[in-house]
Amino acid sequence: MIRTRGLTKQYGAVRAVDGVGLDVREGDVYGFLGANGSGKTTTVRMLLGLVLPTSGAMEVLGSSMPAARAQVLPRVGALVEGPGAHAHLSGRTNLDLLDRAGRDRLATGARAERITEVLAEVGLDPADRRPVRTYSLGMRQRLGLAAALLRRPALLVLDEPTNGLDPQGIGEIRDLLLRLNAAGTTVFLSSHLLAEVEQLCTRVGVIDRGRLVLQEPLEGLLTPPGVVAVSTPETGRAASLLGRRVLGAEPGRLLVESWDPAALNAELVGAGVPVTAFGPWRRELEQVVREATAVRRDPVLPDPPEDAAPAGTREYLSTRP
Amino acid sequence: MITLLQVELIKLFRRPRTWVIIAMLLALPTLVAVLLAITGIAPGPGEGPPFLSAVLSDGTLFPLAALGVVLPLFLPIAVAVLGGDAIAGEAQAGTLRYLLIRPVGRAQLLVAKLVTVVVFVVVAVAVVAAVTALEGRLLLGQAPPGAGVIGLSGQSLDPQELAWRTALALAYVVVCMLGVAAVAVFFSTVTGSSVGAALATIGVLIASTVLLGLDAAAALHPYLPTRYWLAFVDLFREPILWRDVVRGFQVQLGYLVVFGLAAWASFGTKDVVD
Repeated sequence: MIRTRGLTKQYGAVRAVDGVGLDVREGDVYGFLGANGSGKTTTVRMLLGLVLPTSGAMEVLGSSMPAARAQVLPRVGALVEGPGAHAHLSGRTNLDLLDRAGRDRLATGARAERITEVLAEVGLDPADRRPVRTYSLGMRQRLGLAAALLRRPALLVLDEPTNGLDPQGIGEIRDLLLRLNAAGTTVFLSSHLLAEVEQLCTRVGVIDRGRLVLQEPLEGLLTPPGVVAVSTPETGRAASLLGRRVLGAEPGRLLVESWDPAALNAELVGAGVPVTAFGPWRRELEQVVREATAVRRDPVLPDPPEDAAPAGTREYLSTRP
Repeated sequence: MITLLQVELIKLFRRPRTWVIIAMLLALPTLVAVLLAITGIAPGPGEGPPFLSAVLSDGTLFPLAALGVVLPLFLPIAVAVLGGDAIAGEAQAGTLRYLLIRPVGRAQLLVAKLVTVVVFVVVAVAVVAAVTALEGRLLLGQAPPGAGVIGLSGQSLDPQELAWRTALALAYVVVCMLGVAAVAVFFSTVTGSSVGAALATIGVLIASTVLLGLDAAAALHPYLPTRYWLAFVDLFREPILWRDVVRGFQVQLGYLVVFGLAAWASFGTKDVVD
């Protein structure tokens, strides 16, 4: 759905986006993560033809952008850096005028119907005839989402879609996006809210200072295959028993490479190591992102704890395909 | 293109600001009419704004006097404000990016915005002319029947003659604003601030007015945007003095083309980051 190659944007001496190769596949809920100023929004703007790349190639929905924007953009719904609406007009009129402005506008009756539908979908129907001036930030955000959904897009590009919403609103929007995704819409979600991405996304890409430092299925990142977390009060003894298989250590817990957890457990128990907990290693997305970005930011790795095996989890992640 | 234009016109005329501007354009001529009616003191012939000396004897001329009052300052400011708002205002409201990814072609959007400003001028001039015609009739009265209106060359104009010359003058006033509109839309593509674009446009007009008063700039005079603005009075001479009206038309067309292309050059490939 989205493929970019060497996508680069240079502003004077600054490379805001540097050789980014995105790969968003049909049916993905793709989480595009990055700190403020990391090049996230510039990338989104390039994908939508608002900003022209300095170099590199982009394909969106199978066609080259920005050359094919007239064919591509009608099938893309987007929310970029906050919603935009004319404050003196109602939410409904804003949607109506936006649809009418394009070449592929709906017929009058169908348009009114569709607008009613999307306003209900985003939960804005009670306020649809009030001027946007009177809307709260959350309501404006919902209106922006309604505008993105209006054309029943095949691809949704959403930049911080839950900005300004209360927890209940965030839940509603999350459910809405999951519903749309289940119905076949590919979602490209740019965010710095890791919890949001963790709950929604199937794949993530992490951009840091203009470079894409990570792009993988979320599940594999959170639960790397072949890594077992072994909790034991005797980490030292277990570490010397397992040798190079130990990938990392925390107080009271070892991370062990194992493709046969049952055998590992038997081995530990056989050697008399008391195992208090045993299972696949699962970590927070925050940790994944911090490590992916820290590799570049801080080339000197902190010393591992005393009882850790030589190989750290960080190296494990960076050497494995 | 037609529907995009409709959309822009709806946005323009459903915006309260548009009507406030038109009300302000009406306020000054109305005040002038009231003052003239109360005091009966008109500027002497050849002094003050065109036609104003004549309106006491015949209120029918008041729309032309009103345009003479409004044209040098208020109408250009209104056009500068609306033209300056064209792109920069959408950028500030955050709606520009959503229009462009709708998608709407950038050239199309520029044309629609420019035409919308021109439509505003037409409506504003028509409203000012209609309301001031009424005011002239009610407050200043008509010349005795059969006397006819006295033209600028001392000839008398029958009502029919007066009507079409007035229509021509109104059209010329609209033409005079084409260049201003193009300059304002151009600045609107350059800056992200609609106030900035309006002020830059007003700056250009002030510079033009200053240069017109400077003999050392005589070589530039024929190309200045404000040079032929008041040439519509020539339409009431006998015979009509077309020279300045035609030149004014050419100058405005020149500004329209040059700044229209400049706006396209600046906006066509601009990175939209607002």
